Amino acid sequence: MSVHVEAPRGTPGAHGPGPEAVARPGEPVAPGPAAVRQRREVLYFAMRDRRIILGAAVVLFFVLMSIIGPLLDPTDPQAFVGPTGQAPNADFWFGTTTFGQDVFAQFVFGLQATFLVGLLGGGLAAIVGITIGFVAGYRGGVVDEVLSMITNVVLVIPTLAVLVVIAAFLSARGVIIEAAFVGLTSWPWAARAVRAQTFSLRSREFVDLARLSGLSSWRIIFREIAPNMGSYLFMTFILLFGGAILIAATLDFIGLGPTDGISLGLMMNNAVLWSALQLGLWWWFIPPGLGITAIVGALYVMNVGLDEIFNPKLRDM
Amino acid sequence: MLTLDGISKIYRVGTFGGTDLRAVQEVSFGVATGEVVSLIGESGSGKTTIGRMILRLTPATHGTITFDGVDVARLPRKDYYRRVQGVFQDPFSSYNPIFKADHVFGMIRSVYFTAMPEDEWTRRVEGSLQAVGLDPGQVLHKYPHQLSGGQLQRLLIARALLLDIRLLVADEIISMLDASTRIDVLNLLGDLKARGLGILFITHDLSLGYYASQRTVILSHGRIVEMGATEKVYRNPLHPYTRMLIASVPHLHEKWSQVEAELSGLEPPLAGRCVYHAMHGEASNRTGADGIPAGLVEAEEDHFVACFRPYLEGAC
Amino acid sequence: MSLQVTDLRVYYRTLAGDVKALDGVTFAIADGEIMGLAGESGCGKSTLGKSLTHFDSRMRYIGGEALLDGAPLPVMDSAAMDEFRFKAVSIIPQYAMSAMNPTRKIGRMTADLLRSRGVNAAAMRPEIERRLELVGLERSVLDRYPIELSGGMKQRMVMVISTLLDPSLLIADEITSALDVSTQKAVAETLVGFRDRKLVRSMMVITHDMSILSQIADTITVMYAGKLAEKAPTDRIIGEPSHPYTRLLISSLPEVGVRYADRRLSGIPGSPPPLLDPPVGCRFRMRCPLASAACEQEPPFVQVGQDHSVACWNAE
Repeated sequence: MSVHVEAPRGTPGAHGPGPEAVARPGEPVAPGPAAVRQRREVLYFAMRDRRIILGAAVVLFFVLMSIIGPLLDPTDPQAFVGPTGQAPNADFWFGTTTFGQDVFAQFVFGLQATFLVGLLGGGLAAIVGITIGFVAGYRGGVVDEVLSMITNVVLVIPTLAVLVVIAAFLSARGVIIEAAFVGLTSWPWAARAVRAQTFSLRSREFVDLARLSGLSSWRIIFREIAPNMGSYLFMTFILLFGGAILIAATLDFIGLGPTDGISLGLMMNNAVLWSALQLGLWWWFIPPGLGITAIVGALYVMNVGLDEIFNPKLRDM
Repeated sequence: MLTLDGISKIYRVGTFGGTDLRAVQEVSFGVATGEVVSLIGESGSGKTTIGRMILRLTPATHGTITFDGVDVARLPRKDYYRRVQGVFQDPFSSYNPIFKADHVFGMIRSVYFTAMPEDEWTRRVEGSLQAVGLDPGQVLHKYPHQLSGGQLQRLLIARALLLDIRLLVADEIISMLDASTRIDVLNLLGDLKARGLGILFITHDLSLGYYASQRTVILSHGRIVEMGATEKVYRNPLHPYTRMLIASVPHLHEKWSQVEAELSGLEPPLAGRCVYHAMHGEASNRTGADGIPAGLVEAEEDHFVACFRPYLEGAC
Repeated sequence: MSLQVTDLRVYYRTLAGDVKALDGVTFAIADGEIMGLAGESGCGKSTLGKSLTHFDSRMRYIGGEALLDGAPLPVMDSAAMDEFRFKAVSIIPQYAMSAMNPTRKIGRMTADLLRSRGVNAAAMRPEIERRLELVGLERSVLDRYPIELSGGMKQRMVMVISTLLDPSLLIADEITSALDVSTQKAVAETLVGFRDRKLVRSMMVITHDMSILSQIADTITVMYAGKLAEKAPTDRIIGEPSHPYTRLLISSLPEVGVRYADRRLSGIPGSPPPLLDPPVGCRFRMRCPLASAACEQEPPFVQVGQDHSVACWNAE
């Protein structure tokens, strides 16, 4: 039954954000002026938002550190190179561990590994989870039931047990394998979240209108629905990224990580294992802890800023 | 132009889909070129479902829909949507909020007019906008929340006009608009009809139906109870449900009591007499799952009515 | 009971400034009067209704006063209003029927409500049942959950609950909007029944639907952009409206009996002014066919006839 009331003008709706319209495929002409203008608009607002700039700066800082750091200090992070348990000084900028390892070297090499696992693992989980979520949410019916069943099964698999079994068959493990494993086991919650959002967006009339315009299902999912959830999707990736780092740290700790590696998570676990807190070796766990917190926190702040960019309504307020 | 023949929509609900929910039952009617047909029903009558089936947004469970004689299920969607388009109730939900309002034009262009040069496209868009009474400068390049409900609905009609459609399915398109803008959009439909567009006007509001349409179909619980030329259905309602509806409409210049008095003076008096059975008889009647006979009888020229069950006790 | 409101101003605070939703309204409701409050979206009618019980914490009271039976009604003060709510002044808010706790049985919810007002729920039970019967609901409704009731039943339930303590003034905000036309009639007639049976002394019925008001209201007040445009007895305002806005509004409403082909109705071009920064002078000036230089000064709301007040320099 129709509802005869109009919402008071100016009330912001709870609509999600999304990136600007991209050039339409199959069009022999260049993207029209409208699309280009929209893209420039997003960039314009993005450049001016303090949150985005700050967040991006922090992340960039750590990325640079992971690239430049090892060049500045090419010491093997695992080697025993100095006096044990030394506080930060001129030789060892982040001090040494209880075994005399260079904490700074560990930190910068660890940053590399951490970024790699986060990106690959989180990225893989995001791609799998988001795609499954979209298809299940958009299609509904039997397709949804089957995909949901798969999602639930993977969700409850005891990943550690599986990993132990896999590890027994692999003689050498690299970061790629670790990332693949993390990616293939942490996607279910992303799939569920995206599915729920897709369901709710799918019942909106603009999706019907898109169908009436002859658009294909994939096009509707990726060009109409997904952009509406842009911030949501990015946040999903951020959380998967952070989660991947932490899962990898746990794996590293029990010895199922790369056969030869160092990561921020592993540093922290080692620090706890070797009583760094009680011994007062703060330089061992604070840098990696702050590093992880700073990276994930910066991404979150960026996301909040991006929400406003993607949602033009919030902009007007 | 458009014909529905025995259309039904049955949903399987309940645990393991055990029960049937009959949203639409054995509906048959048509819309001719350049004709406005209003489909009137209250909530749960199935009118929106019929609209969606015509727009192929949901498949019919039984029956066929034909357009110019061809079964629409066999037509490629892209071609069908060139001829038939829809506008929905909530203007603010019909637009993707993150894009500008003219994104809806862009979608059409990317599917149907990919090779059209930019200036020709602009001309076409502006022509469409002027046809619906909008100033291109005022509505292009704006976001949906910067435009009013009336402008948004007109923009959707303009979008449909870009495609040279022959039939527009308008589902409660003005119920969310303010009174002062409603009539403008309604007049627009009248203008378009004068130019040859067929319109299926779905509404619950009888006064709007009366104003805008030539033929009326009254729907109740998924089946047609009465149908025919608008004047005849409104001036001489036969079915008890139609009479109840007309009696309930609040008028500006007549009290309810006056309307009821008028209705009770109508011929034929309803007392104990189902017109359907008086004319049809019991024999060889296709009945629906609920035991109510399907089909309509022609009570007078261009005025059809269904069995009065279950609205009249013991009439049959 | 009598209600006297003088120069009431209520604004909403927002990030961008104050939205002058209600900008100086003065009117009175007599004992036993059902006053309809009509207008389009954004005119301030809902704000007026809610302000009389201090219903919305986002409102900022800027000025004016209200007198109920000669004694001040502390609309400025939410805590002080607590004494009056439900007992002297009761409101049925918009969407009330969807606001019932879905996990509570209706009887339980009612008992909780009464207890919060310091009334013995058990003692009131026979009275509640009597009133349910009056509105056509069965006693068993009290043992059901809201989801088991239809829209019309829920609305009538809400009406019973709101009037349990026999308030002097009942404010009903869009209570017929989301209902089918047949249920609308039943609910509207129930409302009048409350007044006729003296369960409620006077009423303010807020709606955008003028035709419902023409059926049940004694007087109608039309609002525009936060101010009163016209107030008159129903027959007068529907038959011979004085304010140009009222005239245009009424003539834009399609009625059964009016067809596009015979007589084209027209709407009001343009849209209401933004209330963040309203224009100086008469707020309808920009859209008014009678606008003159005098309209740059705001016209006062003055009496032009028996119980008939208008805010227009050019009113006839």
